[in-house]
Amino acid sequence: MRETFPVTINGATRQIARGTTVAVAMLLAEQPCRLSVSGEPRGALCGMGICFECRAVVNGIPHRRTCQILCEQDMTVETNR
Amino acid sequence: MKPFDILIVGAGIVGSAVARECALIGWRVGVIEGGTPAGGATAAGMGHVVVMDDSPAQLALTAFSRSLWQRDSGKLPKSVEYETCGTIWVAADDEEMVEVHARREVYEEAGVETRVLTAAALANKEPNLRRGLAGGLLVPGDGVVYPPAAAAFYLAEARRLGAEFFQARAMSASQGQVLLSDGVSLVADRIVLAVGTECDLLPSLPIQKRKGHLVITDRYPGFLHHQLVELGYLKSAHKIADDSVAFNIQPRQTGQLLLGSSRQYGNEGPEAEPEMLRRMIDRAKQYMPGLENLSVLRVWTGFRAATFDKLPLIGPAAGLSEDRSLWLAAGFEGLGITNAPGAARLLVDAMLGRKSAIDAEPYLPARLMEPARLAHA
Amino acid sequence: MTRTEVLVIGAGPAGIAAATAAAENGRQVIVLDDNLNAGGQIWRGATVEKAGSSHQGNAAKRRAMTRLQQSGAQVLGGRCVFSVEASGTLQTLQETGSDSLVEQFQFDQLILATGARERFLPFPGWTLAGVFGAGGLQALVKGGYPVAGKRVIVAGTGPLLLAVAAHLAQDGAAVSSVLEQATLAQLAPFATSLWANPAKLVQGARYRGKLWKTPYRTGSWIIEAIAGSDGRKLGAVRVTNGTRTWEEPCDLLACGYHLVPNTEIAALLGCTFRGAFVQVDDAQRTSLPNVFCAGEPTGIAGLEAAMVQGEIAGLSCAGLIGTSLQKRAVVERAFARRMEKAFSLRPELRSLPRADTIVCRCEDVAFGSLHGRTSWTDAKLQTRCGMGPCQGRTCGPAVEYLLGWRPVSVRQPLFPVPLQAFCSHDERVEINQLKEKV
Repeated sequence: MRETFPVTINGATRQIARGTTVAVAMLLAEQPCRLSVSGEPRGALCGMGICFECRAVVNGIPHRRTCQILCEQDMTVETNR
Repeated sequence: MKPFDILIVGAGIVGSAVARECALIGWRVGVIEGGTPAGGATAAGMGHVVVMDDSPAQLALTAFSRSLWQRDSGKLPKSVEYETCGTIWVAADDEEMVEVHARREVYEEAGVETRVLTAAALANKEPNLRRGLAGGLLVPGDGVVYPPAAAAFYLAEARRLGAEFFQARAMSASQGQVLLSDGVSLVADRIVLAVGTECDLLPSLPIQKRKGHLVITDRYPGFLHHQLVELGYLKSAHKIADDSVAFNIQPRQTGQLLLGSSRQYGNEGPEAEPEMLRRMIDRAKQYMPGLENLSVLRVWTGFRAATFDKLPLIGPAAGLSEDRSLWLAAGFEGLGITNAPGAARLLVDAMLGRKSAIDAEPYLPARLMEPARLAHA
Repeated sequence: MTRTEVLVIGAGPAGIAAATAAAENGRQVIVLDDNLNAGGQIWRGATVEKAGSSHQGNAAKRRAMTRLQQSGAQVLGGRCVFSVEASGTLQTLQETGSDSLVEQFQFDQLILATGARERFLPFPGWTLAGVFGAGGLQALVKGGYPVAGKRVIVAGTGPLLLAVAAHLAQDGAAVSSVLEQATLAQLAPFATSLWANPAKLVQGARYRGKLWKTPYRTGSWIIEAIAGSDGRKLGAVRVTNGTRTWEEPCDLLACGYHLVPNTEIAALLGCTFRGAFVQVDDAQRTSLPNVFCAGEPTGIAGLEAAMVQGEIAGLSCAGLIGTSLQKRAVVERAFARRMEKAFSLRPELRSLPRADTIVCRCEDVAFGSLHGRTSWTDAKLQTRCGMGPCQGRTCGPAVEYLLGWRPVSVRQPLFPVPLQAFCSHDERVEINQLKEKV
C-alpha cells in the first residue's frame, strides 16, 4: 500500500500519496493554483519551476511554486488570489 | 522643411508633458527621442505624486503640479493607475512628532490639506507598521501613478493633437536647429531640452547624476494602503554629501510594493549595489518588519538629475548658453513625475509671456549661472 | 558559507557527467539543482511509488547516477540559484512547505549545466485547465498525476513529443495523436541523420514502439484549445495541417515547441553569447576563465551531447584534456544543427494568437496590447509583458518568435526571493515565514 496522509485544499481535506507534488494535489482536487491578474483560474504549465503558473498559498505563505514542493502531512493549500 | 514652433528633445514624462501643453495651444510640435520613450528616469522612478516642503519654491511647484494631476485625473487612462492613496510621513519618536506639527502648519499655510495621526491612528491605517511608532502626518491628496504609462498618455495626447515624433538621437541642438542621428535636420523657433541626466547637448547644464535603487515585490494586496515615507526623509535623503537611505514604500495598484530609497553621488554605474540594497532593506525593516517575508521580484537603479539647489531648471537657457532658442525643462531630481505637468505649464507660460499660477522665478535656469561658471572655470 | 573547488549548477545529464569527471579526477565538487532530485528533466524520476508501474529504469541514468555517487561529488537538490558573482560566490534559496533557507557558496570554478526549458507559443485557449507543456505534463505525471484512461493529445514540435507520448502511454493514457508541426520533408534529413548517431536511433525506435497505434501527424498543429461543456476545462482541440482543419476531443493537451536554453546565469555573469547560446571553446570554457558551460545552454543537442560536453567540462576543471571526447562533441554539434533545422518553427504559428489571447501569463498581457510597441523594453514598460514572477522566461521566447524582439538584460535576483534573504550579510538565513502568523 502507498502511504497517504491528509492535506487540506481550499478547506476540504483529502488523502494524498507520499511523493505527490502540491501542484498535482491541486489537479487531483480540481482546484486552480491561482487566479490570474484578470481572474482566470490557472494551474501548472511547465511542471519544472520555470513558469510560475502553479503558485499557490502553501501553509499560509503566498506565491509558492507548487510543482517544486512535495505534499506534507496536514499541509494546507489555498488558491492564490 | 517648414519650421516647427517647438522641438522637444526627450520623450520622458517631462518632455511628453511639455509636448502636450504646446500641442494644446495649437503649436507645431516635434518630439525627439533616441531611446525608448519614457525609458530613462521616468521608467526608473517611483511615481509618487507628492507635495514636498523642503523649500518654499519646491512646495509651491509640487502643490501646483499636484493640483494639475488632480484636475486631469478623470482623463487619465486606466493604465496610468492614478490613485489618490495619500502619503503618510511616519514619525518614529516624540521628537519627530514635534516635526509633524511644524510641518502641518507649513502645508496648511500653502493650502495643502493634512491630518495629524496619533500612534493609534497610524497603526489603524497601516497595521503592518511596527508598534511603538509615534504617529504621522497624512497628506490625503497625494497620489501614485505608473510613470511610463503617464508619459505615454501625454505623448499620445500631443500626437493626437498633431505633434510629430522622431525616433532618433539628437546629435546637436543650437540656434533653432536640431540635427538627428539619421541625418535629418529639423528647424524650430524654440528647442526644449528635457533630457533627464543626459547633458551632452549642453555640457554647461549644472546637473549631477544621483543614483537610486528600487525594489519591487510580488503582489500582496492589502498589505499597504498609503505611500509611507519616514519623516526623517528630508534629513537623511537630501543631504548632498553622503550616500543615504530612507524608508519609502509605495502600494502599487497591482498589489505590488515598491520599496525605496537610496541616494548616491559619484557612482554612475547602473549596477545594483548589494551594500546600498542591504542598508535600504534594513532601514525598511525597522519600520515594517513583515516586509522581510515578502518576495522580491526585481531590483533596479536609476539616476536623478540633481541641481545644486534641488530645484529644477524651467525656462530659457539664458545664462547657461548664449543661444536664445534654447529652453530647459530639466533637473527635476526625484520629483520629475510630480512636477511634469506644472513644469510644462510654467514653461509654456514663459514662452507666451503669460502670467503663471505660481511665481516662476525660483526655477529660472539663470539663477545657477554663477555656480555653473565656477564649475567650468 | 560552503566552499568548494568546483561548483556545478544543474544535476541533469551534463551536470552529472561534469561533476563525476571533475570529482573522479580529484576535484572537490558540489552540484546544485532546483529540482528535488538529480536527473534533470530528461531523467526526472517519479516521486510517487506506483504499484505495477511498467516504466523500466533507465540504464544510462542508473549508470550515471552510480558513477556520480562513487565519485564523491555532493549533490544538493531543491536549491534555486538567485544570485551569482563571477568572483566566486553564489546564493541559493531552498523552499519547503513552511521554511526558506538561503545559503551561500564559494567556488574556484563554476560549471553551468542549466539545461533547457520548453518553448511555449500562445494560441487561443492555451490558458485553459487541462493544457500543459509537453514536458510539463510528463513532469506532473512523475509528480503523481494519474493519466490512466485520459484522452491526451501531444503536440508542438521536437523530439521530446514522442518521448512524452511514449511515457504517457506507458502510464495508461490514451494518446490519441501526436501532432508535429514540422513537415515530413523537413524531418526526413533529420531522421536519416539518426543513422549517423546510432544511440539516438535506438531511442527513437523505442518511442515509436510504445505508440504503434497512435498517429504521428507531421505538418499539423493546434490552432485552438476549446473548453468543454463546463466552459472551464479543455474539451477538444482544433487542429490544422494547413489545408484541412478538424477538431479532436481530448481531456489533456501536452503542447510544447521544442526547447530554449536556460542561460540566465551565464548572461548575468557576463559570458559571451553566440546568438541565443553560450559561447564555449573545445574545453567547454566560456569567455570567463573560471566558468564552463555544458549541454543545452551551448546549443540544443540532446542527451549524448550533454553527457559528452559535461565530461569535457569536468575534465577541464581538473586540468585534463579529453581529446577523444572533443571529437564526439563535434559529431554532436553537427547533430544539433540538423535537429535545429528539422524542428524549425513554421511561420503560420505566428498568426495563432488573437488580439485577446494572453501572451504573458504572469501579468495577463494580451497579444493585441503589444500592437504598436516597438521593442521588448517598450513592451515591458507600457504593458508589463514579462514583468511578472517568471521574469519573462515563458513569454520572452514566445515574443521573440512572434515579434522578433530580443530579450533584454538579466538582473539579480534570478528568481523571486524573500526580501530578508536578498542582500543579507548572513551566510545562512533560515526563514520561518509562519512565525509571524497567528
